[in-house]
Amino acid sequence: MRHRWISVLICAATTAAVTTACGSGGASQSADGKTELTIATFNEFGYEELFKEYEAAHPDVKITQRKTGQGQPHHQNLFTKLGAGSGLADIEGVEEGYLSQFMSKAGQFNDLKEIGPKIEDDRWLAWKTQAITTKDGKLMGYGTDIGPLAMCYRKDLFEKAGLPSDPEGVKALFTTWDAYFAAGDQFIAKVPGVAWFDSAAQVYNAMHNQLETGYYDKSDKLVIDSNTAIKANWNTVTAAVAKGQSARLGAFSNEWNTGFKLGKFATKTCPSWMLGVVESQAGPENKGLWAVTDAFPNGGGNWGGSYLTVPKQSKNAKKAAELAAWLTAPEQQIKAFKAKGTFPSQVKALDAPELLEQTNAYFGDVKAGTLFATQAKKIKAAQYKGPADGQIQETVVSPALQSVEQGKSPDEAWKAAVEGAQKAAK
Amino acid sequence: MTATLSKVDRGRAQEARPRPPRRYRLSNLDTKVSPYLFVAPFFVLFATIGLFPLLYTAYVSLFDWEVGADEPLFIGLENYRTLFEDDQFWNALFNTFSIFVLSSGPQIVVAVLLAALLNANLRARTGWRMGVLLPYVASLVALTIIFGNLFGPQYGLVNDVLGLIGIDPIDWQASTFGSHVAIASMVNWRWTGYNALIVLAAMQAIPRDVYEAALVDGASALRRFFSITLPLLKPTLIFVIVTSTIGGLQIFTEPKLFEPSGGSGGGTEHQYQTVVLYLYQSAFQGLDLGYASAIAWVLFLVVIAVAGLNFFLTRRAVK
Repeated sequence: MRHRWISVLICAATTAAVTTACGSGGASQSADGKTELTIATFNEFGYEELFKEYEAAHPDVKITQRKTGQGQPHHQNLFTKLGAGSGLADIEGVEEGYLSQFMSKAGQFNDLKEIGPKIEDDRWLAWKTQAITTKDGKLMGYGTDIGPLAMCYRKDLFEKAGLPSDPEGVKALFTTWDAYFAAGDQFIAKVPGVAWFDSAAQVYNAMHNQLETGYYDKSDKLVIDSNTAIKANWNTVTAAVAKGQSARLGAFSNEWNTGFKLGKFATKTCPSWMLGVVESQAGPENKGLWAVTDAFPNGGGNWGGSYLTVPKQSKNAKKAAELAAWLTAPEQQIKAFKAKGTFPSQVKALDAPELLEQTNAYFGDVKAGTLFATQAKKIKAAQYKGPADGQIQETVVSPALQSVEQGKSPDEAWKAAVEGAQKAAK
Repeated sequence: MTATLSKVDRGRAQEARPRPPRRYRLSNLDTKVSPYLFVAPFFVLFATIGLFPLLYTAYVSLFDWEVGADEPLFIGLENYRTLFEDDQFWNALFNTFSIFVLSSGPQIVVAVLLAALLNANLRARTGWRMGVLLPYVASLVALTIIFGNLFGPQYGLVNDVLGLIGIDPIDWQASTFGSHVAIASMVNWRWTGYNALIVLAAMQAIPRDVYEAALVDGASALRRFFSITLPLLKPTLIFVIVTSTIGGLQIFTEPKLFEPSGGSGGGTEHQYQTVVLYLYQSAFQGLDLGYASAIAWVLFLVVIAVAGLNFFLTRRAVK
């Protein structure tokens, strides 16, 4: 009897010790002498099988994954623990939308060029690496996946409006933004009750990311009110709203979902991962009505995709960087793509037959893999993102555009947006 | 008798006295110390998760304290100065009060009337009483999401019904008053029944003979309600009003989830951003902990002031 109690106590003590070790992030050595590496991801990175493969090849390494369902809590946790100074995993996933916030804290992460294994520069698409390289040339993360933009459209509604609806013919409507909005005018005149796009912010953000200079210049000065290109985009989009081209449905809201079901808008800016969203929101009753084409106004664009980073808190930074480098190699990313559909950011992976042959049944068996690989190569450069860039886009400019859709005058909303941006940048 | 004297006396007495047996000393210790041990859990818990955060928040509010920044910078009362000049804060305070008045006001009146009804001789009384508590049992998040759908600007059920009786659809997201009504209706749906039950319990504690005497004197039902029921409910009403003030001024979940895109701005132009929502946005989106702490402290003082004011008003109004 007494012996049993003692063993229970020992167990409890070891569990406590192990959990504190896990909690403090840089769990170095587990009891059996293995190096324990923790990796924190969100949504689906598609790495589960790859971890087993890596562990089999490296018997001295044990990988623990901390998976968060959604990106928002994951990044909130990341930045909080960064502030606390401990508790981060050895490898932390960082999503493109949080990149500006991340880069402003780059000092707390390892330069992977310094601690990581030697990797040829052209493993990733140039703009993908450029976005996570600091001004003094430090590489803060390895690219995992991307979200190249194409255009999704409703074939049946295009036919109704007398517009071309086959993937080749439709490309003429999507060459430039001017052509896009002109087609929108034509469309809403012919099909009453249906809008041209879902919401102003969705179109504006894509236009904005194509600009050479965004809200900040390279010396981190806020230029939202002096960069005339931004105001020009604003005017174009709000003019289209005034004409009734917008369905006024905020992205990812319940009403937006309903809008998909009821077919209330005819086009949608479509990153690769959006195909799944369209399919689940529009539902089986709209199967075959949506199509996608490898054209996007003014070239291409990217929305989404992530990086793997190694915080300075990690006690096994070198081994963590090795694992991250291995995971983001083209061979592994293709496997992740097959497992969870994350679109690879590696140049070689974009030519892999597994990717090129992938089709999407919901969008009329279109060769989605080839289509988005083409779109990914059209992107020229990554726009420089200043410290509060993501916040300005998400919490200032997008709501301001939405307020125009709710009836506010574009000039007043613009004034509010500039003021909001200045406040956020402070 | 002076302190010094008694101290010396006791010391001498203890020296002179033979050492009490160990057992006795232990039980002596027991009677002296263990009461403190018994009440300790509350005080220890309160100190660690109540008092300490409260004071630490006040400390943080004196810094320019950004999450992840290397060194917080001491700036004294600068955060408070910025706060009092911040339009968004005053807007949030207005929204909070507007939603509070739209919810707590009707809620308490309806709760008292409901309690009076439930206090009457009804068939299946327990069933009715349980029934009014049902909204309180439902998950707040689920409830808010469903109400958010009902109040959808374009495809919401509420606008459909309004359309049937010839009223133009209201953009519940864009209009300030509309959004406040929508949010207040969520609060009322959830809390009216709960408050009604508290009032009901107090009503049942009112002695029957007072009513009987009034009945003999020929008082009408209305007269009895206003001259007996309401005055005797006073302590309970004060409790209900003060708790709903505290809860109402801290409203967060409803406006947070009412935002269709999931942001913390409380509408495109902060039409329904409440103080706590602004606090949350400053802390976890702006990552400005110092500023958020200043908001928290100002809100704390506002809640105390308003709860105190309501306490006195209620005490005087219901005589």
